[in-house]
Amino acid sequence: MRASRSGRRGPGLFRSRRSGREEGARAALVAFVSSIVFLAVVGWVVLTSEAWPAVQRQFFSWDHLVASWPAVLGGFWLDVRMFLVAEVLILVIALVVAMIRSLRGPAFFPLRALAVVYIDFIRGVPIILLILLLGFGVPALQLPGVPNSPLFWGLAALVISYSAYTAEVYRAGIESVHESQRMSARSLGLTQMQTIRYVLVPQAIRNVVPALLNGLISLQKDVALVFILGIREGVREAQIYTARTFNYTSYVAATILFLLVSIPVARFTDWYTERDRRRKQAVST
Amino acid sequence: MTVPKLELRDVRKAFDGTPVLEGIDLVVRPHDVICLIGASGSGKSTLLKCVNLLVPIDEGQILLDGEDITAPGVNPNRVRERMGIVFQRFNLFPHMTVLDNITLAPRKVHGATRDEAEARARELLGRFGLEDKADEYPDRLSGGQQQRVAIIRSLATDPELMLLDEVTSALDPELIAEVLDVIRDLKSAGMTMLIATHEMGFARDVADRVCFLDGGVILEQGPPAEIFARPREERTRRFLQRIVEAGRL
Repeated sequence: MRASRSGRRGPGLFRSRRSGREEGARAALVAFVSSIVFLAVVGWVVLTSEAWPAVQRQFFSWDHLVASWPAVLGGFWLDVRMFLVAEVLILVIALVVAMIRSLRGPAFFPLRALAVVYIDFIRGVPIILLILLLGFGVPALQLPGVPNSPLFWGLAALVISYSAYTAEVYRAGIESVHESQRMSARSLGLTQMQTIRYVLVPQAIRNVVPALLNGLISLQKDVALVFILGIREGVREAQIYTARTFNYTSYVAATILFLLVSIPVARFTDWYTERDRRRKQAVST
Repeated sequence: MTVPKLELRDVRKAFDGTPVLEGIDLVVRPHDVICLIGASGSGKSTLLKCVNLLVPIDEGQILLDGEDITAPGVNPNRVRERMGIVFQRFNLFPHMTVLDNITLAPRKVHGATRDEAEARARELLGRFGLEDKADEYPDRLSGGQQQRVAIIRSLATDPELMLLDEVTSALDPELIAEVLDVIRDLKSAGMTMLIATHEMGFARDVADRVCFLDGGVILEQGPPAEIFARPREERTRRFLQRIVEAGRL
C-alpha cells in the first residue's frame, strides 16, 4: 500500500499525493505543535492566576515532596505487594467460581446456586464495608487458629470482593464461546468439567483478557482502601505526613506513584486489545 | 435377524412447546448408511443430537445395540464414546493444533497415552491425506480440511456409529467433494452412518436408504433409486421438485 503510493509520487513542489511516510511525519508535526501551544496556554492561565502561589505551596512544594517521599514510597511498596498477592488469588478463585457457575444440569444446582448467591451478595456490598467488616470484625473475635492481622483480613476482603466481579468477567467469556464447541466436546465423551477446562476456558480467557486487565488496573488502586484499617501503605503514609505538616504534597507524591504503575498497564491494555482486534479481523477475512 | 445397531421408537421432542419430532421410528442395521433429507427445520439436526444424547428426548426410546440409551441412569458419556458426531461448522477447537484436537478425547476419555494417541492420529491423518497438517491450527486450514479433520477426530475414538449433521452445508462448492470422498471412504470401510444432508446427488450415490423428514415424522423411506425416481408421497415429490428447480439434483 505504502510502496504503491510512493511509486506514483511525481517530482515537483505541488504534489497532489503525498507518500504515506510524509503524511505520517506531517501529522506528527501538527500534533506536536498543537500540543505545545495548548500546554503553553493552559500553563500560562494556571501559573498567572492569583491562587497559584497558595496551590503551589500546599500541593507542589519541592521540599515537602522530598521530605515525604521515602515514607510514601515505602508504604507504596506495600501496596504493590498486596496488589500482586491479591491479583493472583483473584484470578484463580474467580475462575473456579465461574467454572462452577457454568456447570449445567440439575445435579449441579446446589453448587451453581452457591456461586450465584456469593456473586450477588458480594457485588451488592460496598467494598469499603467489607474491608471494615472483616478487617476490624474478625480480629476482634480473637478466634483460635485464625489470623488476627488486619492486613490479612483487609486483603481477604479485597480478594473476596474482586473475585465476584472477576468471576462474572470469566463467565461472560465462557458464554461467548460458540455452543457448537461445548457440543463437540461433549459428543467426544468429555465430561462437563473436562469440557469447561480443556475447551471453553482456554478460549474464554483469550476473549476476556482486556476486561481482566481493566480489573487489574482497578485493583491496583483499590488496594489503598485498606488504609482505613490503619495499615501503613502509601496513602496512609501520605495522610500521616499531611496530618503532621498541614501540607498536601505528600498526597501528590502518592498520586505520582500510583500513576507510574497504572498508566503503563492502561497503555498495555489498549495495545493488547488493538492487536487482538486486528488479529481476529485477519482471521475472519 | 441381527439386532439393529440403532433403533428409534416413537421419538418425540418439542422445544418450548413447539413440536420438532412427532414420533420418529427408524431402524439402522450394522453397516447401513442412512441419509436424512428434508427442508430446513424438519428436525434432521435435532434427531441426530437426540441420538447423541446432546438433546434429551421427551418421549420414546432410542436403542443402541438393543440397549435403551434413553433410560434413566444411563451415563451419556459412556454412550457418546461409542459414536461420533460432526456438525455443520465450529467443530474444531481453535486454540489447539490439529493433532491436539484429534488426541484430546483418546487421551482424556479413553486413557490413551500421548504417544499412542498421536501415533493413531497421524495414521488417520495419513489415510485421508492430511499428514502435513498435524501441527497447524484450525484457522490455517480450508473449510473442507477443517471438516475432514473433524471427521478424523471422531474416528480417533473408534466409534461404532457416525452421525453427520450437514457437514458440507457451510462449505464453498469446490470444497464439498473432498469431504464427501471421506464419507464414501468410511462407507467402503463398513462404517454405520446416519447422515443429514442437502446434497441429494451424494445421498442418491452413497445411501442404502433415504428418509424424508416432514412435519416431525419420517414421511417416506426407501432405497434412493425409489425415493428419488418414484416418491409415493405428494410432499416428497414437491420437495424433490424444488431441489431440482434449484439445480441441486
